[in-house]
Amino acid sequence: MRRDVFQAIADPTRRQIINLIAHQTLTPNGVADSFDVSRQAISKHIQILAECGIISIKQQGRERYCYVQPKKLDEVTDWLADFRKSWESRFDKLDDLLANMQVKTNNNSKSQ
Amino acid sequence: MKNQTKITAEKGVQELFIHREFEAPRELVFKAFNDPELITQWLGACDMTMRIDYFDSRTGGSYRFIHSTPQGQEYAFNGTIHEVLAPERLIRTFEFEGLPERGHVVLETATFDVLPDNRTKLTIQSVFRSVADRDGIVASGMEYGVNDSHKKLDELLEKMVNQPA
Repeated sequence: MRRDVFQAIADPTRRQIINLIAHQTLTPNGVADSFDVSRQAISKHIQILAECGIISIKQQGRERYCYVQPKKLDEVTDWLADFRKSWESRFDKLDDLLANMQVKTNNNSKSQ
Repeated sequence: MKNQTKITAEKGVQELFIHREFEAPRELVFKAFNDPELITQWLGACDMTMRIDYFDSRTGGSYRFIHSTPQGQEYAFNGTIHEVLAPERLIRTFEFEGLPERGHVVLETATFDVLPDNRTKLTIQSVFRSVADRDGIVASGMEYGVNDSHKKLDELLEKMVNQPA
């Protein structure tokens, strides 16, 4: 069976698992608690995600925790695109604000 | 033509840079970063609105900003201000309060350089605690709080699925 990032995200449950652990580190049982399907089914998905390199599982004390490997997702996406867009949106607003500030400064100096 | 926003993020290092030029003198750009009345007018990205819990903008001061989506979801950020050197440099820390544990602090240095014709060059350096912090925080949208109930990541993953393998 193929084991790459596309295989990892082909299944909606696996996409939800990535989404979930992208925001919090969880044990496999912690992941399973968020789904209505069996722990065995979730465990299988986690195993596939680990084999695809999307997540890693680390032993900490008596528990195992799932971590996302964001670099693996870089393979298929420009991971900075949304970050850049958000700063573009801010700087566009800042451009408008600076233009207004300069109009005001000019008006004030004229009236003095 | 609009000035371009450039992001430099070398692979495997725990920092990134944001570069942008502005058609305004540096005193004004600096003021827009440092004045509570002004910063709320632009720092909320996309359709987010922003309000200030507190903003004691001086060397040794601190701040806490809250961004909210039109749906009412809120994201809070806080930090310590390490240097306010008008009009050339601002150094502060940044921490997203929505993370499960404390300490994923980003150190930000904003430098304002004078360009000819009353223009300004802004460079923001962000240093993260680890490479994983940088990549995770940036990719998930936590840095700027537009992570609207995981919707964005869902969309991203949908897009990825539709790409040819």
